[in-house]
Amino acid sequence: MKGLPPVLITAIVLVAGFALCAVQFPNIASTRVVGNLLTDNAFLGIVATGMTFVIISGGIDLSVGSVIGFTTVFVALAIERWGVPPLVAFVAVLALSAAFGAAMGAVIHVFDLPPFIVTLAGMFLARGASFLLSTESVPITAPVYSTVSDFALRLPGGGRLTAIAIIMLLIVIGGALLLHLTRFGANVYALGGSRATASLMGVAVGKMTVKIYMLSSFLAGIAGIVFSFYTSAGYSLSAVGVELDTIAAVVIGGTLLTGGQGSVIGTFLGVLIQGLIQTYINFDGTLSSWWTKIATGVLLFAFIALQQALVAVARRPVARSAGAAS
Amino acid sequence: MENSLDPVPSLLEVRGISKSFGAVRALQEVDFTLRAGEIHALLGENGAGKSTLIKVITGVFPRDAGIVRLGGAEVAPRSAKAALQAGIATVYQEVNLLPNLSVAQNLFLDRQPMRFGIVREAEMRRRAKTLLAGFGLDIDVAAPLGSYSVAVQHVTAIARAVDLSARVLILDEPTASLDRHEVEILFNIMRQLAGRGIGIVFVSHFLDQVYEISDRITVLRNGRLVGERETASLPRLELIRMMLGRELAETTSARAATREHQAREVCASFENYGKAGYVAPFDLELRHGEVVGLAGLLGSGRTETARLVFGAERADRGQARVEGASVRLHTPRDGVRHGFGYCPEERKTDGIVADLTVRENIVLALQAKRGLHRPLSRREQDEIARRYVKMLDIRPADPERPVGLLSGGNQQKVLLARWLATSPRLLVLDEPTRGIDVGAHAEIIRLIRDLCDDGLALLVISSELDEIVTYSDRVVVLRDRAHVDELTGEAIDVTNILAAIAADGAAAVAHEGRA
Repeated sequence: MKGLPPVLITAIVLVAGFALCAVQFPNIASTRVVGNLLTDNAFLGIVATGMTFVIISGGIDLSVGSVIGFTTVFVALAIERWGVPPLVAFVAVLALSAAFGAAMGAVIHVFDLPPFIVTLAGMFLARGASFLLSTESVPITAPVYSTVSDFALRLPGGGRLTAIAIIMLLIVIGGALLLHLTRFGANVYALGGSRATASLMGVAVGKMTVKIYMLSSFLAGIAGIVFSFYTSAGYSLSAVGVELDTIAAVVIGGTLLTGGQGSVIGTFLGVLIQGLIQTYINFDGTLSSWWTKIATGVLLFAFIALQQALVAVARRPVARSAGAAS
Repeated sequence: MENSLDPVPSLLEVRGISKSFGAVRALQEVDFTLRAGEIHALLGENGAGKSTLIKVITGVFPRDAGIVRLGGAEVAPRSAKAALQAGIATVYQEVNLLPNLSVAQNLFLDRQPMRFGIVREAEMRRRAKTLLAGFGLDIDVAAPLGSYSVAVQHVTAIARAVDLSARVLILDEPTASLDRHEVEILFNIMRQLAGRGIGIVFVSHFLDQVYEISDRITVLRNGRLVGERETASLPRLELIRMMLGRELAETTSARAATREHQAREVCASFENYGKAGYVAPFDLELRHGEVVGLAGLLGSGRTETARLVFGAERADRGQARVEGASVRLHTPRDGVRHGFGYCPEERKTDGIVADLTVRENIVLALQAKRGLHRPLSRREQDEIARRYVKMLDIRPADPERPVGLLSGGNQQKVLLARWLATSPRLLVLDEPTRGIDVGAHAEIIRLIRDLCDDGLALLVISSELDEIVTYSDRVVVLRDRAHVDELTGEAIDVTNILAAIAADGAAAVAHEGRA
């Protein structure tokens, strides 16, 4: 319901873009390409789902890229150097990242600090910690990695839906259900509307803040594990700048950067749009991959302008009734 | 037990509440009694302590002294949420709901009907629909609250409060942004709720509405209780006297009689000047060396007139002239260019920049007038600051002190100095003595007269009628956003002003109807 018009526009942009690409390169319209697109952007989709919660609640989380980097290094070292079973390593790193997010949320609430600053500090902390663990790329050779990488559902038309793409889809669906069907989700929107008012209406604002940042960091941890499956390595420089791609995907997906409106589905579409641009550039072959950034930048501008326009339109009926009152 | 003397048991009893903010005593020994099923108006001018009293009762501010009893049991809520749980709900003028959520979510936030951890959306909407139907509203509860009018939002807020089993409902200026029809709907709901035994506190500055809806009236002035009366037996003039008058000594202006103001040159004039829905068109002449006082109740259009004159608000009709030449006053910059100065009522938020020094605050307007390309040298700034600190006797006499550390009276002087430094021809002062202690009060008044003797034209707004009477050469009386009377010379006294404000209810009702 909420944020439907922007989501529709995002969907139209995606379909139109896909159609244009398919006209130029008919091969794009195949399950093979679509499957790869999902696989290549699996980690982005997961972390963007968490970011959607944060941004709808009126916050921002700049630490997610660093948390992904930290997770890949930690997992790689734990499995390859410390001899920890992969599953134990996963649980440990997820617990760590969730605690990290909870701590950021607590700091934001208790000291009443802007999330931008707190998560910026978190970004440096997590990145620094990953360098502390290792400055080199650590390849992961554990058998579970090759098993997972080999696993895939066959799609008609020769495409493959890989394990990490499935994980991403499950998380997107789960995130959408959590946001739209639960009390937690309603409270996220309430916080984005106004923290003070939400508090007056009985929402436990402090607990919510902690939980939201915990969720975001936890999903960044999962994204990090997925990333390590994707690259079969842990590297402290991985996922640099991903927080910005993530924010871009969320905003292109129709979530209001000031909070209060948005949807997980929109974010998913935003991720796909970014993936589509990348795919197009790969197909073209002559374009520099930096065109992805330029196209994303243009889209971002367009969507922010659109949101301002929609907000202005939404405000108008109120202004009209106030005018009639005088 | 002790209530046995009282024929009607009281629902909410407030006894001896005091509250200070630093040196300012916002409430002193205030009593307030609300009976079950009554609509009780809480009245007073700006700064009388209405909001503070409400916030103390609902636990937003801690109280310094006094007790609050609800249904005989003492309550001391620490937050608005705790007050709500105790049964005291407040609906503010700016609706405290979330415009981005649906109406249904707003009604049931944090208490949605659940099944297996999932919000039962359909059930919630059904309940919301039923609840609002009880208030005569039939709307799509799935739509965002922000897409509805303020009236609907108010009713939603009230419905939520009542559904949370409120026994006391405090409505703070609920009708300020509603039209006549919406007010009628709200009043019906209020009567219905009162009929169910809920005690309603109604804060408003629309006296007609107070007479229409309330059973009893409590008046506050300067943080003290003036009195509690039955609405039916309280004449309007008496009520206004309770709200505005002090001792009501017949202080006639000593100086007004001695002046031959007609001979003075016109500084600025306004013909048929006004803005639809803001202030009805008015004629106003401001002359050099003359003080014009604007008198009226809160919300009567005093500040609105001042803002139009200065250009802070854009008039949609009429003609403004400065020294005879017609001018355009669309922005405050226009006002400043024509030599106008404006000291707004909200000194803290609209006037001084607390973190800047006295010197920086004083040169602010002058620098703005000169533009960025002609900066004042430090020496000029020091010179100007020193001159005005001395002239207005600003204390402590240290131009490098942050203004935030000064007392209210001295802050007001700094504001005055800021505009005087631009050598204005007209100065508009909105409540120049608000929140200032008695000593500084007299000084500001003396300053106003001195400035006027120097040939400045002054337009002064004040709720203190004795004060207006003391310094004004003419007094314009406002009511319901229109200029209704002008008093000159000997006619200026508190009694006449009060009479003009109260005037006949019929005229007031006519204005109301127009709105």
